[in-house]
Amino acid sequence: MQEVTATSRHYVDRLFDPDPQKVLQGVIDMKNAVIGNNKQKANLIVLGAVPRLLYLLQQSSSSMELRTECAVVLGSLAMGTENNIKSLVDCHIIPALLQGLLSSDLIFIEACLRCLRTVFISPVTPVQLLYTDPTVIPHLMSLLSNSLRTQEYITQIFSHCCKTPEHQTILFNHGAIQNIAPLLISPSYKVRMQALKCFSVLAYENTQVSMTLVNVLVDGELLTQVFVKMMQRDQPIEMQLTAAKCLTYMCRASAIRTDDSCIVLKTLPCLVRMCSKEHLLEERVEGAETLAYLMEPDVELQRIASTTDHLVAMLADYFKYPSSVSAITDIKRVSPVCSAVEMYSYCPERLFSCPITQLCSHLLLSLDHDLKHAHELRQAAFKLYASLGSNDEDIRKKITETENMMDRIVSGLSESSIKVRLAAVRCLHSLSRSVQQLRTSFHDHAVWKPLMKLLQNAPDEVLVMASSTLCNLLLEFSPSKEPILESGVIELLCSLTQSDSPALRVNGIWALMNMAFQADQKVKVEIVRCLGTEQLFRLLSDPDTNVLMKTLGLLRNLLSTRPHIDQIMSSHGKQIMQAVTLILEAEHSIEVKEQTLCILANIADGNTAKDLIMTNDDMLQKIKYYMGHSNVKLQLAATFCVSNLIWNEEDGSQERQDKLREMGFVDILHKLTQSSDPNLSDRAKTALQQYLA
Amino acid sequence: MSGQSSGGGFLMSVVVHGDSALNEQEKELNQRLRRLYPAVNENETPLPRSWSPKDKFSYIGLSQNNLRVHYKGHGKTPKDAASVRATHPIPAACGVYYFEVKIISKGRDGYMGIGLSAQGVNMNRLPDITFAKAGWDKHSYGYHGDDGHSFCSSGTGQPYGPTFTTGDVIGCCVNLINNTCFYTKNGHSLGIAFTDLPPNLYPTVGLQTPGEVVDANFGQHPFVFDIEDYMREWRTKIQAQIDRFPIGEREGEWQSMIQKMVASYLVHHSYCATAEAFAKSTDQAVHEELASIKNRQKIQKLVLSGRMGEAIETTQQLYPNLLERNPDLLFMLKVRQFIEMVNGTDSEVRCLGGRSPKSQDSYPGSPRPFSSPSHKASSSQPYLTGFDSNCCNGVTSNKSHSSSPHSHKPCPPGSGSTLPASDISLNGSRSQQPITRGSSTAVMSKLPASQSNDVDMEVDHFTNGVTESSSNGFLNGTSKHTTEPDDCDADMEVESAQSKRQLCGGSQAAIERMIHFGRELQSMSEHLRRECGKNSANKKMLKDAFSLLAYSDPWNSPVGYQLDAIQREPVCSTLNSAILETHNLPKQPPLAQAVGQAAQCLAMMARTGSGSCAFASVDDYLH
Repeated sequence: MQEVTATSRHYVDRLFDPDPQKVLQGVIDMKNAVIGNNKQKANLIVLGAVPRLLYLLQQSSSSMELRTECAVVLGSLAMGTENNIKSLVDCHIIPALLQGLLSSDLIFIEACLRCLRTVFISPVTPVQLLYTDPTVIPHLMSLLSNSLRTQEYITQIFSHCCKTPEHQTILFNHGAIQNIAPLLISPSYKVRMQALKCFSVLAYENTQVSMTLVNVLVDGELLTQVFVKMMQRDQPIEMQLTAAKCLTYMCRASAIRTDDSCIVLKTLPCLVRMCSKEHLLEERVEGAETLAYLMEPDVELQRIASTTDHLVAMLADYFKYPSSVSAITDIKRVSPVCSAVEMYSYCPERLFSCPITQLCSHLLLSLDHDLKHAHELRQAAFKLYASLGSNDEDIRKKITETENMMDRIVSGLSESSIKVRLAAVRCLHSLSRSVQQLRTSFHDHAVWKPLMKLLQNAPDEVLVMASSTLCNLLLEFSPSKEPILESGVIELLCSLTQSDSPALRVNGIWALMNMAFQADQKVKVEIVRCLGTEQLFRLLSDPDTNVLMKTLGLLRNLLSTRPHIDQIMSSHGKQIMQAVTLILEAEHSIEVKEQTLCILANIADGNTAKDLIMTNDDMLQKIKYYMGHSNVKLQLAATFCVSNLIWNEEDGSQERQDKLREMGFVDILHKLTQSSDPNLSDRAKTALQQYLA
Repeated sequence: MSGQSSGGGFLMSVVVHGDSALNEQEKELNQRLRRLYPAVNENETPLPRSWSPKDKFSYIGLSQNNLRVHYKGHGKTPKDAASVRATHPIPAACGVYYFEVKIISKGRDGYMGIGLSAQGVNMNRLPDITFAKAGWDKHSYGYHGDDGHSFCSSGTGQPYGPTFTTGDVIGCCVNLINNTCFYTKNGHSLGIAFTDLPPNLYPTVGLQTPGEVVDANFGQHPFVFDIEDYMREWRTKIQAQIDRFPIGEREGEWQSMIQKMVASYLVHHSYCATAEAFAKSTDQAVHEELASIKNRQKIQKLVLSGRMGEAIETTQQLYPNLLERNPDLLFMLKVRQFIEMVNGTDSEVRCLGGRSPKSQDSYPGSPRPFSSPSHKASSSQPYLTGFDSNCCNGVTSNKSHSSSPHSHKPCPPGSGSTLPASDISLNGSRSQQPITRGSSTAVMSKLPASQSNDVDMEVDHFTNGVTESSSNGFLNGTSKHTTEPDDCDADMEVESAQSKRQLCGGSQAAIERMIHFGRELQSMSEHLRRECGKNSANKKMLKDAFSLLAYSDPWNSPVGYQLDAIQREPVCSTLNSAILETHNLPKQPPLAQAVGQAAQCLAMMARTGSGSCAFASVDDYLH
């Protein structure tokens, strides 16, 4: 060990030799010593070779040859472990190398770019370092024309360092598209491939880039056609897949129509092919995820995909990993460990000494790798199922009929990996849009149980999906509604309504609304008790219209059937009337006002609750106002309300009729019988009949 | 054409009217089929082009050139189902085969089946034996429109794909490499439907209820599904399989074998300088003496330049007993000599033509190309056909496509670069240079055999040794434009060739000599027949050659092909092989044998149903 350090030390010492020729030889020897030797690399870094190499690289007095060799050695050091990269970045290697790019010597520039490339493609390097100096990107663009190597390295740097919309914009503004497009027909496969990757990261969720791309010509050919050619089945899989991603992103950014033949007949089939068993796990994952993204908004694409190459059945294979084959390889991996354990068992005190623990950690590492792939495959499959089934009932049926599908979703909901849980619940959500599935498979597999479990302490993104699914499970025809109610869901939903996330608030109140629909008195009371009037009114002034609408919907569902109306109004009448007044007075959409007037009509249907309106002249004036509103829906709702107030056969109907007549309601009703809207005139006539009886 | 027979006079006019369109369609069909299935030999295994009017049940009606199928039965029960097969089974050499069917009308119930079936046992019992809809009977495979199920030789279907109906285009693809089948609907692949398919299946459709009408597309129109893309994938797969094929275990064994093949090829065709250089750089022994190679080279050069008299003479000098032992060979050479006389190229008539003296002054600057056999640009002979009869003919004619010595191609990378560069450049330039033959006939014929024919001409410039060592510098060309008489100064040659070719070069003396030679040939033929019995090949050869004189312009006569320089090649290779045989050397180089074997192997694969032969064309590896 010491010996190794001593030789390493010798290499570093030679970098300080006064004779430049000897320094050069030292660097060259160092280069040959570190190639493929991670230990040597680490040693040299520890011994401080990096700052010296960087110094030599930056010195203008150094010969070009020396500077180039320094860049090569640094590039070699960067090829080692992530720790190496960290050390290099900490020594400010990036600005030094970027500075080197200003040289006029192409060989030196290529060595610097190669090293930069290696540093930037590492996940430990902060991407932002590429953008700190605003002159770097334009300079890199200008270097693109220099050689195949500069093209390969620069495009590779771009494709790894373009992570945010801001990065996309910077690259776009510096002419990335015009500069990189010609590289798609480069004679070098590596250049073509890296250029293609650049376009995929540039176009992702970027309308500006995507819209520009569709009009770009490469050697007289539209870029989309170039991508289509790259998807030909004799091209390398990596190229087919990346070209399909480019077209997918352009399509999702509305630059290509979903019914364009390059999407329907080329991109979609290509992505389906990528899901097939014959491809690498990574390719299958990426293919499935991209396909899910492509067809998410388009039912026609979903229909086509669902019948292409048995996709639905093919995805079932995603759950069969680690397969029996890889289980065998697992055994192979385990066996040396087992035999080692067996060997050491004769000498127990040595069992836990070095070699065996190394073996174990190796084994764990590879198991970990398999596990990760298994997770990735499962979540990709769930995502794709979710996308496939998001609109079409027949496809949903096909999915749920796939072998063990519901069981897989159920177990997916409780997997350790968040990614899998999220994808599983997305899939479940997509399928829960089917009335038939809610009635059958969802109930048979008691999916509500893991779903409820998932709702406890899950991150927001999981919660949104899970609660949204719960909303559907709580629909009145869902047989799962009863057991869910019994599981104490109300409290959970009420707590969701207090979330900071509007999506969660909507889902919480939506679920409560569904739950309250035609519910028992007991449930309704429980909802009101648990939610609390304060929270209810807070939700009525929620900035999110969706939340407001669902809250009004909840109120309306709570205030149905006479005994319920009276009971709730007797305990919360004052606040509810207040809230109704506020909403009717404030600026709101027609839908919100209509919903509010409907609540009022429900209140008017109560026995005792009626009085809350009748004794409130202000409210009566409001109703009158809405009867004369220009919007028929509001007129109808207000008329409904009056009709309920003056309904015969109820105690005190005579007094109420008199009072309203005095206030001029009868005249308005007469006018409304002349309405061109048949519903409204009928409703007005029915109301007037109450006076005649 | 049963579909048209009922129409009578009225239909006739329609048919006539549609003729040109029909021809267009036919042409498109042929083009597409050739492009899709280049490996199929249609003489052996014709491709399906329409439905068979003979191989159908009576409830089926055909129209529109037997491409449209309609149902004309009662369609009351499944027993009323009926089917039709295409004219021919799918040849295995397709590799991947594809056809499409468009549903014109789903009729009453849309009970349509599209698929494949084997040749039926009894046509009369079609409905219950061959199938109801495709897929219900033995060796019958179908995809049904009403339920989307696939039927594999049984009445019970498996859920397979979506249903199909009026307006849909259903495609059926047979992969003859892994014996699977998948369908497409409106250009989208539906995934594998059947595996383990038997060979020789026919495209088939079955209909069951009135009003059902479907149109087939066997290649008449572009397909909706991109089948060529699918084929590309399989071509790549097969080629990758070939590329990765494991070769010899022992280090270097493979390489040295390849080198031996290349060297023997070079020697066989007397590329002596290249052979020498190649042998030297790959450290091999040449199994024939250099002088011997050069002798053969010289003879070949003479034959290929049409100077048969000299060729025969030289052969007799160098290989004294060869021609005596092979009277048929001698006869062939003589007949060729006669043809060359007509052509005006043979030495005996050329010296009488009064042009040869000029040629002495017409050397091009050195280095002069060195004559190698048979570099004909005009070669249109199919590459693989000639192997058995003219051993090297196929190979040599192929060569002419590239101007660099193609024999370098099979070298493993690395050894190729060791070949002398000058050789390549010379070969390259040869085709552009108008041919200017080196030596005068008179001098040539007197040359001692061991000497290079250039030596006496160029004594001032080359010592003997120099010539030996720079043998790359020998003229390599000569044959490119050999339809022209091949000596004299280039400009003149071109002119005369263009203006008018004259019998025996236009000299009266030459014509007389030719007539005389013809008589000799006639008597030689009679002599031969007496000695060795009848030989129809010889008889025909002579008859064809004499026929040339029956035309005022032999070059443009029906037998004029004999005058084409390319006809010298079989003669040349036969003579070359005969010489090699006397030296106990193989009469066919192992490389050519291997290529021929590979081609035969592919043909055999096609016959035995191995579809991968479609994507392994030998040509792909030789270009």
